Amino acid sequence: MTDTQTLEEPTRSPKKSLFAQLDVDTRLLGMIGAFVLISLVFQVWTGINTQALRGEVGLNPFAWLIDGRFLTPRNIFNLTIQTVSVAIMATAMVFVIVTRHIDLSVGSLLATCSAMMAIVQTAVAPQWLGLGLEHPLIAPMAIVVGLITGVVIGAFHGWLIGYLAIPAFIVTLGGLFVWRNVAWHLTGGQTKGPLDGNFQLFGGINGTLGVTWSWIFGVLAIAAAFYRLYSARRTRVAHEFPVKPVWAEYAIGATMAAAILGFVAILNAYEIPVLRLRRMFADRGEAMPEGFTTGYGLPISVFLLIVVVVAMTFVAQRTRLGRYIYATGGNPEAAQLAGIRTRLLTVKIFAIVGLLCALSAVVASARQTFHSNDIGTLDELRVIAAAVIGGTALAGGVGTIYGAVLGALIMQSLQSGMAMVGVDAPYQNIVVGVVLVFAVWVDLLYRKRSGS
Amino acid sequence: MRNLILAAVVATAGLSTASFAQTVGVSWSNFQEERWKTDEAAIKGALEAAGASYVSTDAQSSSAKQLADVEALMAQGVDALIILAQDAEAVIPAVQAAADEGIPIIAYDRLIEDPRAFYLTFDNVEVGRMQARAVLEAQPEGNYVMIKGSSADPNADFLRGGQQEVLQAAIDAGKITIVGEAYTDGWLPANAQRNMEQILTQTDNKVDAVVASNDGTAGGVVAALTAQGMEGIPVSGQDGDHAALNRVALGTQTVSVWKDARALGKAAGEIAVALAGGTGMGDVESASMFMTPGGNDMNAVLLAPVPITKDNLDVVVDAGWISKETLCQGVPAGGPSPCN
Repeated sequence: MTDTQTLEEPTRSPKKSLFAQLDVDTRLLGMIGAFVLISLVFQVWTGINTQALRGEVGLNPFAWLIDGRFLTPRNIFNLTIQTVSVAIMATAMVFVIVTRHIDLSVGSLLATCSAMMAIVQTAVAPQWLGLGLEHPLIAPMAIVVGLITGVVIGAFHGWLIGYLAIPAFIVTLGGLFVWRNVAWHLTGGQTKGPLDGNFQLFGGINGTLGVTWSWIFGVLAIAAAFYRLYSARRTRVAHEFPVKPVWAEYAIGATMAAAILGFVAILNAYEIPVLRLRRMFADRGEAMPEGFTTGYGLPISVFLLIVVVVAMTFVAQRTRLGRYIYATGGNPEAAQLAGIRTRLLTVKIFAIVGLLCALSAVVASARQTFHSNDIGTLDELRVIAAAVIGGTALAGGVGTIYGAVLGALIMQSLQSGMAMVGVDAPYQNIVVGVVLVFAVWVDLLYRKRSGS
Repeated sequence: MRNLILAAVVATAGLSTASFAQTVGVSWSNFQEERWKTDEAAIKGALEAAGASYVSTDAQSSSAKQLADVEALMAQGVDALIILAQDAEAVIPAVQAAADEGIPIIAYDRLIEDPRAFYLTFDNVEVGRMQARAVLEAQPEGNYVMIKGSSADPNADFLRGGQQEVLQAAIDAGKITIVGEAYTDGWLPANAQRNMEQILTQTDNKVDAVVASNDGTAGGVVAALTAQGMEGIPVSGQDGDHAALNRVALGTQTVSVWKDARALGKAAGEIAVALAGGTGMGDVESASMFMTPGGNDMNAVLLAPVPITKDNLDVVVDAGWISKETLCQGVPAGGPSPCN
């Protein structure tokens, strides 16, 4: 922090350790480490359970690992689709918390968007407009209606907070009550479903890219990642900033490529169950070839999440809006004095929240295959917890999009893992609560040490 | 304020008829929920038939407001009270006050832990038995999964108890193995779906039947099963949700145990009039003694619910509970009656 330290910085860099030269985010590594640890614990635990079901529990830890069910393609597929809805909203929650606000209404807002879309699909389009069920226009129409609903309500929240200066806590606490019950009113308290077939494609397992397209996606993603590394380095060189050694860039690039291809390979390895395949062929009026198998590949909902993460990260790091958000979060008064229109900024942030809640509503209701009155209940708490576990500081100014998504994944893996080994719901909640507080404490320690 | 106006209106209206007609007061816990409208219509109908009048209050999910509501109703001079308790214990001071005035109380649908109240509900243990019975009939042996309700709701354990009673013999005989069991936090379909997915993953899809405790959780279960191409294995539920009855017609759900709210409302109206007319609690038609979880012996009438399967879907349509179009949406030709 002192002058001498900052002056020394450039000369000291060649002496850095190998690890330091890689210059990767240690907080990110910590979170990945936590996820790996959780996965291993459940892998062993489910392994012991599987052996117990067979009636022969051995003492060999490697056998436990091999017999485990947690780190199977199927369960990793489960985890990703279970995480999507909360993760999408968590990316928006980062912006809210960074600007020192909070949003308690996301779960209720999700319910209202979901109710609007369900009504379009089950009543408005098929009956009033006379399109009939399963018309190709129904899904796009429903999604557009849902997104508009989300943006309008979100912007309205932002206006109340920004222009009328009502605290976000109060506005969104009101929203929590209002929108849950507006959703109830819209559907008359009825469960609406089944939803449109095309709409259900966004739910996860009912819509995947298939093996070939998943590989194509993987290759394109790697190309994009490499380009990003290359252009970042070029920019730093052009501005005469210090750069990492070339080998470090290659190492990072290789790790990213391996991670992306590994992820795609895992999702492709989860084979569509024979019963389901037979039905798919029967629906198309064909006979299934004997011994035919194929994998699921990347779920469309996960693809959607990846697009959201890339877009939100771009907004956070590369746009004026993003810089204003972090500047305002760091010091609202200074930001306002510097000429940032913080009130309009608040409207924009909450409109983004509304948009992403609507997108989450698409995924959540499509996953259930019906709209239920209680959809998204308590999601606000899960979303806030995900953002906070992901390193977003409630004091404002600090927080990353990928952190929030990892936070959501960690919470989901805890809950799904415990559901798998038969830990009952009340105990699951106890564990999640403890982990939340523990994660924030560790993050505080980390920040003190690293001085950031 | 609204209650004051209501009280004033009722008081004036009451003066003209007070000499002979009875007034029955109903304290709703939360009238927001759609189903209570059906109950209200049935109660009103029964009261009208008996020449009694109806007044009501809505506690809006607050036990404190419910106490004030009951006092207001008594101040209006009601002859009998029907209470849908927000909380089984918190409402006891109201029972005390009513007992002091000699006003009979009916605990409607939800238990009130006080022997001075008359308990009227559907038999929840029987609901559990019916669910297990229907599933057991469709799948007499194999691996069972039990998807229970919310751990915070005592009904979840009543249901589970009834299910166990029916399955016990088959479990002892080794025909049935319970390979997974989970509470569903908040009764949320999304949680039931996740739990089912994880159980299917852990057991490699070796599941032959699912006993789910209501239609919401059954919806989550069916979504998880459909994802594995396993839709069509026996799944139970209750409530007669429209979406669930549609699933029964489609064949993806085996049974939805239906509690006809109109039967419950009608019984409440009739019992209230009888009690107000001086009938003793033990002399009410088909009354029996009910042992509560809190150890109280209560006079009670427990109505039998109706299990709705593909064989008797006509019942719900004939009762006007669901329209034929809603019930039969997406059902292919050759489906069960009345969809054929």
